[in-house]
Amino acid sequence: MISGYLVPVLLLLSCALALHRKENAYDRLLVGGAEGLRLLASILPALVLLLTAVNMLRASGAADILTSVLAPVFRVFGIPPETAMLVLIRPISGSAALAVGADLMARYGVDSQIGRTAAVMLGSTETTFYTISVYFGAAGIRKTRYTVPAALLADFVGFLMASWTVRWFFPK
Amino acid sequence: MVMSWIWFGILAVSVLCGFLTGRGEALAGALLEGAQSGITLGISIAGSLCLWSGVGRLMESAGITQLLARVFSPLLCRVFPSAKRNELLKQELSANICANFLGLGNAATPMGIRAAKQLKRGDTATDELCRLIVLNTASIQLLPSNVAAVRSALGCDAPFDILPAVWITSLLSAGLGVLAAWTMGRFRR
Repeated sequence: MISGYLVPVLLLLSCALALHRKENAYDRLLVGGAEGLRLLASILPALVLLLTAVNMLRASGAADILTSVLAPVFRVFGIPPETAMLVLIRPISGSAALAVGADLMARYGVDSQIGRTAAVMLGSTETTFYTISVYFGAAGIRKTRYTVPAALLADFVGFLMASWTVRWFFPK
Repeated sequence: MVMSWIWFGILAVSVLCGFLTGRGEALAGALLEGAQSGITLGISIAGSLCLWSGVGRLMESAGITQLLARVFSPLLCRVFPSAKRNELLKQELSANICANFLGLGNAATPMGIRAAKQLKRGDTATDELCRLIVLNTASIQLLPSNVAAVRSALGCDAPFDILPAVWITSLLSAGLGVLAAWTMGRFRR
């Protein structure tokens, strides 16, 4: 598999290029690493709250009801109905999506079709509403015109293609 | 504020649903278990997150960002015609897209916002600004490191084996999103 070599080679290449430009590569790695840990610390409380919420939805049976209500719609498009909660929360909150996605991967197995679909969905979409509000808020835009429908369409294509590509690349 | 209502909604639905299905007794246990798994998840991805943030910074200083900017330049000028006349705007746009591509979301946002301020007209989003936002909401990422971290924490042997699927998916979703924005821009004024 190419992807097995891709990541180590990318690490090697970026280090070599940085050294070639006389950059302090190790120092950059440390600086970035510290940023990553600060980021983690800032999202930890959200992860705790949201996994609490996800677990309550599961234990109360609400998650099952939601899944079975949305299942017919999801099946039409070939999206696994188990990912319903992930699809609904993904455009709104990044931490919540990570929590729901991790829960799906743990429950059905990382290498299961549902687990992989959840992973591809997480990796190929963004927190749409959050991004829109940050950009338009900072730039002082009030007339957003067609941005929201176009961005949601992109998300929908993402969810659709995540389900289809996983089926193509990992047939069971 | 939105999250407060979502949190309230989830609690309300869970309590009501637990009461109706008779599973309410299990809620208290599930709640604490969920809270703990939040920390477990956080700790289990900490190592990969730390490493990848470092690698992202390294790629930036290694000049990979500039290299990418040169590769993307022709495509960029097609999607954002204003960039042809405005060198500063072009730099901000390509820096935004390259930082997103390398997974440096925090670095991408300030540059994207600067570009957005140049692209707006009064308080109205121009066609090009709409396309910029759509590109930013449809992540095109070389290595989705958070997801890979979660997968490896859950015992996956090849956490990056989903990469081809992720690339195809994000390219298509971003491409169709921009195409949709383009079409809507032509018909809606």
